[in-house]
Amino acid sequence: MRIVAEHLSYTYNPNTPFAAAALKDVSLCIEEGEFFGIIGHTGSGKSTFIQHLNGLIRLPSSMKKYRERKPKRGEQLLPRPTLRVGSYDLSEKTTDFRALRKSVGMVFQYPEHQLFGETVKEDVAFGLKNFAEKGKELSKEVETSAVREAIEAVGLNYGEVAEKSPFDLSGGQKRRVAIAGVIVSRPEILVLDEPAAGLDPLGKKEIMELLHRLHKTWCKTVIIVSHDMDEIAENCTMSALFAEGTVKYCLSPRELFQKAEELFALGLDIPLVAKLCRALDERGIHIDCDYTAADFVKKILALKRGEGRA
Amino acid sequence: MYALEFKDVSFSYGEGGFRIPKLNFTVKEGEFVAILGHNGSGKSTLARLANGILAPDRGTVSVFGAPVDEKHLYEVRRQVGVVFQNPDNQTVASIVEDDVAFGAENVGTPREEIGRRIDFALSAVGMQAHRLSAVSRLSGGQKQRVAIAGVLALKPRIMILDESTAMLDPRGRREIMEVAKRLNQEEGMTIVVITHFPEEALLADRALVMNRGELVMQGAPKEIFTRHEELITYNLELPRIGRIEKSLHEGGMPVKSTLNIEELVNEIAGELTCGS
Amino acid sequence: MKEVAFGQYYPVDSFIHRLDPRLKLVFLIAFITAIFIASNFWGLGACVLVLAAIIVFSRVPLGKVLRSVRAIAFLVLFTAVINLLFYAGETVYFQWGILVVTKEGILFSVFLVIRLLLLVICSSMLTYTTTPVALTDGIESLLTPLKWIRFPVHALALIMSIALRMIPTLMEEAERIQNAQKARGADFESGNIFRRIKAIVPILIPLLLSAFRRADELGDAMEARCYMGGKMRTKYKKLKFSWRDGLSLFVCVLLITAVVLLRIYLGDVI
Repeated sequence: MRIVAEHLSYTYNPNTPFAAAALKDVSLCIEEGEFFGIIGHTGSGKSTFIQHLNGLIRLPSSMKKYRERKPKRGEQLLPRPTLRVGSYDLSEKTTDFRALRKSVGMVFQYPEHQLFGETVKEDVAFGLKNFAEKGKELSKEVETSAVREAIEAVGLNYGEVAEKSPFDLSGGQKRRVAIAGVIVSRPEILVLDEPAAGLDPLGKKEIMELLHRLHKTWCKTVIIVSHDMDEIAENCTMSALFAEGTVKYCLSPRELFQKAEELFALGLDIPLVAKLCRALDERGIHIDCDYTAADFVKKILALKRGEGRA
Repeated sequence: MYALEFKDVSFSYGEGGFRIPKLNFTVKEGEFVAILGHNGSGKSTLARLANGILAPDRGTVSVFGAPVDEKHLYEVRRQVGVVFQNPDNQTVASIVEDDVAFGAENVGTPREEIGRRIDFALSAVGMQAHRLSAVSRLSGGQKQRVAIAGVLALKPRIMILDESTAMLDPRGRREIMEVAKRLNQEEGMTIVVITHFPEEALLADRALVMNRGELVMQGAPKEIFTRHEELITYNLELPRIGRIEKSLHEGGMPVKSTLNIEELVNEIAGELTCGS
Repeated sequence: MKEVAFGQYYPVDSFIHRLDPRLKLVFLIAFITAIFIASNFWGLGACVLVLAAIIVFSRVPLGKVLRSVRAIAFLVLFTAVINLLFYAGETVYFQWGILVVTKEGILFSVFLVIRLLLLVICSSMLTYTTTPVALTDGIESLLTPLKWIRFPVHALALIMSIALRMIPTLMEEAERIQNAQKARGADFESGNIFRRIKAIVPILIPLLLSAFRRADELGDAMEARCYMGGKMRTKYKKLKFSWRDGLSLFVCVLLITAVVLLRIYLGDVI
């Protein structure tokens, strides 16, 4: 499923003194199969954007009471905002938002704080039951096997955790259970808001490895929101940078992090490897790498062996 | 006399719960110490023992020579400020200046003096401009700086940052560490940073490593990070830059362990020129 | 980031906004008393006049003010109709079974409607022009004399203050949890009342757990900042009376006097 957003705008608390524009005319395309990174400060509009993707925030034109406005004489109407996710047109009133939500899984920040089930099994099954076709009850076997697959996909042992209360697990395990509760409905796109927030470095590493495993086997597209430039450089195939409600850049990390000055001006950082490359550049050593640590080390060692030097 | 001293301290959260078998360490006045450990290593229990929110089963914790007990509790808490992890769960008032005032009000500081302390504390953390802002509208990093200011208003001699950066974005994290470093250098305040980010330990004079309630390593941060194999067994990582140095090393480029961008770049440049 | 517009506070700077919250609370009580003392349209007229002045000086848009009435529109209508149809008056205009419409009935229900509207609008003017924080400070200050009878004024004020601080945080959290469960296919909008109540469980449990966790951590943070109850505590903020407050107090006394005089000399509504 491909995501195509055009001219998205959104204002919180419109027509009040608290009105705040969160998105201003955002157009962005996310191809199927990407491991996509969304970067930006708090308040840059990135959270608002991802909440559009599964219809948690609806386009005005998809609302029941929406009426097309006729332009006054001489007035130029803004281009109509549209958002397509695969075959779903989110600007239409007739869109089946339930089906959309099944296809676009969303994991919020600190997802372990949203657990509520008495057992891990029950919590993971929540989404599965909700998305089951109306009128058709899921058979117990189908449910159990789907829940088992999801729990195993996030790297937990089904036999060990299934009957436990989710609140008795460790922090890292809870987060995995929460992710299992989202992927259980087999979404094609998985969106995660800061999946590694609050974890220690090892936990972060494990979560990112998990996402790569899911990306290859479970969900076609993975979208992560992250503040950590190293995380973006190491993991993402494409990235979009949000600032003040607009998309400033939509580039591969390799291209994005060449724009160090622009990022600094926005109060953002660049990955450590990009900093090393910049410092080496000043000494006349040019390293052409994609800013992952592995590629950097490879290129340096190649230079050392006398390969690839101009 | 030490600023903070743990002497044969043992503690447990009940039968079968987390346990500190026996802990000994000291922090000198004016020192900047980092306590490293993975989640669940017991490092956060230390902060609560240090200002008497928890009491040890055996052994003594003392602050500037005074034991942390029922009798000295009040005195100790004035000396030891603790900033906790969650920026949303530390403020009692809706407006920044009211929250900063809270601690000073608790100890009966006269009104004019509270005003002066708010000025001092907010400028120490660079939040003067937000004096009258609503706490709920600040960013995570700003909320934590307000929390630090709230502690500073009590004029403590030791400040413990108990994973205070864990929930912040990189910018917020940087801001907090800058404030801590400045307070240490300019005000001579004793700082204890409890963290799981190896990068933050690099700023300290000394680092302690905790694992399963025990102190397992101690020394200058740079020295600690040369013992990679040992760190791995405690579920800890090198700072990113250390990992790159290690990979270079393993790939046949013998760069020194510097843990510093400029120095590493010099090392690489040196290696490349002498190699060609 | 979504700003949670908490309460009804309307953030502009005005004469009314700047008044001491204690004065506004006293004024509200006095105004409500005046509404009930007023026994005829002249008395109510005086109240309407004062309230109109408050609205004008508060710079809160009229539309916003009238919106506060919307919530109780049904109650107003209901009261009006009941009184209109059942009030036993003398000048009968219309009768059908036990239902009578009389001149007195009409007058009385109009009187009641105005009274209700005055009550609602004057209360919401207080919340439109006073931040919740200022309101708490005002209440605490007004309750201070109760300390003499060992009433825990300080604890009460602290509870209110923490509640005010936490409401935006918890509201944000509730929204986040709701969104997370919606993303997992939860449906909060359809079904009968029992289904809907059941649907709230996945929001309520995480929210309660988080509230307890927060309370626990906040307790530690307060203790760490030397909180030991109200003993020997000082207070940084002091409320100050200004000329505005004096002027408003004068208006307040004037209004009460006028209403009392009008009641004595002009009698009842009917």
